[in-house]
Amino acid sequence: MSTLPNPAPTVTQANAAFWAATAEGRFQLQRCNECDTVLWFPRRHCPSCWTENVSTFDASGKGVIYSFTVIRKGAMAYKESGPFVVAYVELAEGPRVMTNIVDCDVETVTVGMPVEVVFHDTGQGNALYRFRPSSK
Amino acid sequence: MSIRGAAYIAGIYEHPGRDLPDLTVWEIHIDVARGALADAGLGMEDVDALFCDGTAGFGVLTLADYFNINPTYVDSTETGGSSYLAHVGHAAAAIAAGKCNVALVTLAGKPKSGWQGPSFTPGPESAFEQVWGMMGAPHSYALAAQRHMYEFGTTSAQLAEIKVAASIHAQYNPNAFLQKVVTVDEVLNSPMVADPLHRLDCCVVTDGGGALVIVSPEIAKKLGKTNAKILGHGEAVKHTNNGRIDLTHTGAVWSGPKAFAEAGVNVKDINYASIYDSFTITVLQTIEDLGFCEKGKGGAFVADGGLVAPFGKLPFNTDGGGLCNNHPSNRGGITKVIEAVRQLRGEAHPAVQVPNPQIALAHGTGGSLGSRHGSVTLILGQEDA
Repeated sequence: MSTLPNPAPTVTQANAAFWAATAEGRFQLQRCNECDTVLWFPRRHCPSCWTENVSTFDASGKGVIYSFTVIRKGAMAYKESGPFVVAYVELAEGPRVMTNIVDCDVETVTVGMPVEVVFHDTGQGNALYRFRPSSK
Repeated sequence: MSIRGAAYIAGIYEHPGRDLPDLTVWEIHIDVARGALADAGLGMEDVDALFCDGTAGFGVLTLADYFNINPTYVDSTETGGSSYLAHVGHAAAAIAAGKCNVALVTLAGKPKSGWQGPSFTPGPESAFEQVWGMMGAPHSYALAAQRHMYEFGTTSAQLAEIKVAASIHAQYNPNAFLQKVVTVDEVLNSPMVADPLHRLDCCVVTDGGGALVIVSPEIAKKLGKTNAKILGHGEAVKHTNNGRIDLTHTGAVWSGPKAFAEAGVNVKDINYASIYDSFTITVLQTIEDLGFCEKGKGGAFVADGGLVAPFGKLPFNTDGGGLCNNHPSNRGGITKVIEAVRQLRGEAHPAVQVPNPQIALAHGTGGSLGSRHGSVTLILGQEDA
């Protein structure tokens, strides 16, 4: 099992609220109040109807792996990580988000595997949302 | 308005070098520009339209200044490695509209001997994609390959067939970076880079460049040689679709039908295809999406020499493609057009020349299948096509 670095994301005006919530162990999503679309990635306007009438809610943190790869040799912050998994996780709420799969042998990861969110503190006032295998 | 027959590719040039430590990117740009103009029988003074990607300094301003020309029509469309196919379509439209008569497209880069490439401003998605250790194109394309395997049962051995076919072609190209014919087993036994992509599923990293000259029908006639008539063009951007990315299709599902419709032809009419081959999976998904086979059946299509010239079902990338020959500036679009024109002229290597091809297709995929990419399809033909 590899230990991953926790590089801090680039926080901007547009994503500050999302990242601040991760420090409290909350994975937040936005939903459009006009057309009910769940948004990803965070932004000011709904990408389906382009209105700015969107609200924020705490997501379930549950999902399944849509696709993944085992990166055999990382670079930069991940240079010493050994093989690690990057995946798209399809959240229960719909969006497919890029992330790492952790807390398991990389050789056991499969498409369709149920996963749940965990948070890894970056030390910069936020945490990376990663996912680990779950029982559903 | 259609661009069908409104313009011709009259000049092509691929830099023969693959490792160019002693040339600047700008010197490569001017070398390939002069090469393509000489091939067309034209000179720098004839150019009235200039096209380049977004990596060349300040784009057309930098190149016009360095070339010391005064174009009256310019375009720096940036869709990654497919940019140059977009440039051809845009140049043809501009020529059809009477905006210009001689368009020059150049590409140059040195990812092998010293990267002088672009550093794009991070987009709004970057905070959500750049913290997971995704460091290069193979990682992102691997996500697409993995999902394609899951949905359709595609195998690594089938993907390997694409590299094998490219290597069979590359053995005849004295400039190809990799000239050795490889087997399926050799691909499968090469180191895993990002599952399920092995090292030999990836394109080469080379210095170099290429250029194209697109001209009006009047000028093409005066030049009095075999030129490739531009019959159709389609382009599309495929992106993450508000977090609903679909990893098993490319933008070719949109760009292909537009190009075929404009050209007035269908897949059965294509005698040769240059298919963007940043990775083996790029080819597999593209040939499905262009309609050469049913979706999900690409693995069977490429097996048993389906892509091998001159007599496979779809002779492809007869220069060895990005997988073996050349991927200058980490962008394979311009060489896709160049080899399609060589085929139409009958100038491909005799061992891989398709007999008397009437219609050729070139397709570019720039950016990444794992996030967002630009797809461009061009259809080219003989004068009477």
